[in-house]
Amino acid sequence: MGWFGEAVDSIKSIQIRQALSQVVSLGLIVTSALIIWKGLMLMTGSESPVVVVLSESMEPGFARGDILFLHMSKDPIRAGEIVVYNVDGRPIPIVHRVIKVHGQRDTGEDYVLTKGDNNHEDDIELYAPGQRWLQQHHIMGRAAGFLPYVGWVTIIMTEKPIIKYIVIGALGLLVITSKD
Amino acid sequence: MHSFGYRANALLTFAVTILALMCAMASVSDNFNSPSPTSKVQVLNINWFQKQPNGNDEVSMTLNISADLQSLFTWNTKQVFVFLAAEYETPKNALNQISLWDGIIPSKEHAKFWIHTSNKYRFIDQGSNLRGKEFNLTLHWHVMPKTGKMFADKIVMSGYRLPQEYR
Repeated sequence: MGWFGEAVDSIKSIQIRQALSQVVSLGLIVTSALIIWKGLMLMTGSESPVVVVLSESMEPGFARGDILFLHMSKDPIRAGEIVVYNVDGRPIPIVHRVIKVHGQRDTGEDYVLTKGDNNHEDDIELYAPGQRWLQQHHIMGRAAGFLPYVGWVTIIMTEKPIIKYIVIGALGLLVITSKD
Repeated sequence: MHSFGYRANALLTFAVTILALMCAMASVSDNFNSPSPTSKVQVLNINWFQKQPNGNDEVSMTLNISADLQSLFTWNTKQVFVFLAAEYETPKNALNQISLWDGIIPSKEHAKFWIHTSNKYRFIDQGSNLRGKEFNLTLHWHVMPKTGKMFADKIVMSGYRLPQEYR
């Protein structure tokens, strides 16, 4: 029996009050994660303040699995900045560097062309058919900070869902069976 | 209380905290570096200069770029991305920035360089405003750290002018 028997016993011996307090502490963990995420959104002004690099197109600067912290301010986008942008019809945002900017005088609208540091060609091929430039509304944020490797956790979890379920299951079991 | 699980958890938490602290300190230490890079760019030749069928001006030029960016490197520097952009105003656009050449400098030993090149990206205007146009050549650099905050700055070099006629 050993560990498993103990675990079953501890589940059996759960009192209603203890169970409630565990639900509350679990709720606290979930809500504080949500608070941090939403707080980051407010501080950075970007709808997704942290992104994981998924492709090799910005090597050797950013490798697969690195994490970027985004920042979105009123300042106009300028050449050289690394922006994260969405293209209509593409589910996954792209992280590339701005190489050309045309800022219109009348409308104040910027027309921007991007390219991956590790790619030979610029991104016109990646844009929607007929699209030549990115505009402000395509851009989700610009990269301001960088943390290596940490994003591998999410890459592994999305590519091997079984590991995700094992981790969630193990954590859940730990929470249920822990005796404070 | 002092089970294996608790000890492993405490050790892991401590290790992650120390690692995060060291990353933060490495990033903060970059602020103490005050770099003094230098750069010089010559336009050696206008290879050709014409109006495309769609009405946009395009020019091809040969450049000689020399720069010393060694002082940008610190122990937290992974690489420096450097590029040269042509920047000018037109009646329609308050700002045009066109990257002409870029490069990745992986280490301090390679940070003092000169290169003789024609423009790597096409120099195309939005419209037909390039004849006799005065423009700046700006050397921009973006310091990519091993961890933490990214830095960027530039040197503006002014006084370049395109020819009056297509060739």
